[in-house]
Amino acid sequence: MTISIDGIIFIVSAAVAIFGATMMFAQRNPVASVLYFILSLVAQSTLYIQLGALFVGAILIIVYSGAILVLFLFVIMILNLRGDEDLGKPSSSISNLTKYILAIGLTMELAFIIRSSIFGRAVPTGVVGGAGNEFGSAEQVASLLFTRYLYPFELTSILLLAAIVGAVLIARREHKEEVEKQLQPPVIKPSRSEMTVDEAAG
Amino acid sequence: MVNITAFLLVGAVLFGIGVIGVMVSRNIIVLLMAVELMLNAANLVIIAFSRVQNLMDGHAFVFLVLTVAAAEAAVGLAMVITIYHNRRTINIDRYNLLKW
Repeated sequence: MTISIDGIIFIVSAAVAIFGATMMFAQRNPVASVLYFILSLVAQSTLYIQLGALFVGAILIIVYSGAILVLFLFVIMILNLRGDEDLGKPSSSISNLTKYILAIGLTMELAFIIRSSIFGRAVPTGVVGGAGNEFGSAEQVASLLFTRYLYPFELTSILLLAAIVGAVLIARREHKEEVEKQLQPPVIKPSRSEMTVDEAAG
Repeated sequence: MVNITAFLLVGAVLFGIGVIGVMVSRNIIVLLMAVELMLNAANLVIIAFSRVQNLMDGHAFVFLVLTVAAAEAAVGLAMVITIYHNRRTINIDRYNLLKW
């Protein structure tokens, strides 16, 4: 059995995607978690491009790695997390074992459904050009988004506006005086030691 | 030519890893990333089916899902910052103000 170049690319990308996703939870430092997630996302975007979704694969890298995960990194830096935070006592081994069994059972069920479904046929993989009017090009995605899915597309703008307003409202400090105090220039008072020196000199 | 089943299996495994992360993780930021990973696994399956059917509607769906994921991350991280200012911890077991 010969493995085509498409098969090799698929196996490598899938392995890297699963490896990155697994290592994400094995890290103590949240910055390392974010970087492993970015690795997994790049591999997933390779899979997208193999499936002919060139535009969406590019958007995945730009929006996820470039915006969402950088937002995660900003929050990690704002909170000054170094990976040595107290995360409480670890849950009992029975509890952990139950969680793993549940999740692996769910994955096995999904795999069983997929194996027994009617979708067992080969798909044309590989880059399909993507330029101009072909499958997966920006033009095709845009013509769908601006015609058949125009209302959902416009609704996402309302969703984003609500998210912006909500994020600003939630993350704002509650105490206004505290913020104003921080914004005021500090009033320079003579310190006690200087006063005593002056008094001693006088 | 790669079988469509292989892509669906990768999506299922990534979703399972995300489920494990949501249940096991004690760090709120890693937990939010696990939710994003599950959304991504669903996206991969949508793209695979879109290729099999040779319809591009799946790409539009993935676009909308990406938007929702971005909004969710922004609001979730804003809540994390506020709770961290009040409780000084990222341990989700301590986030129990709304408990019962």
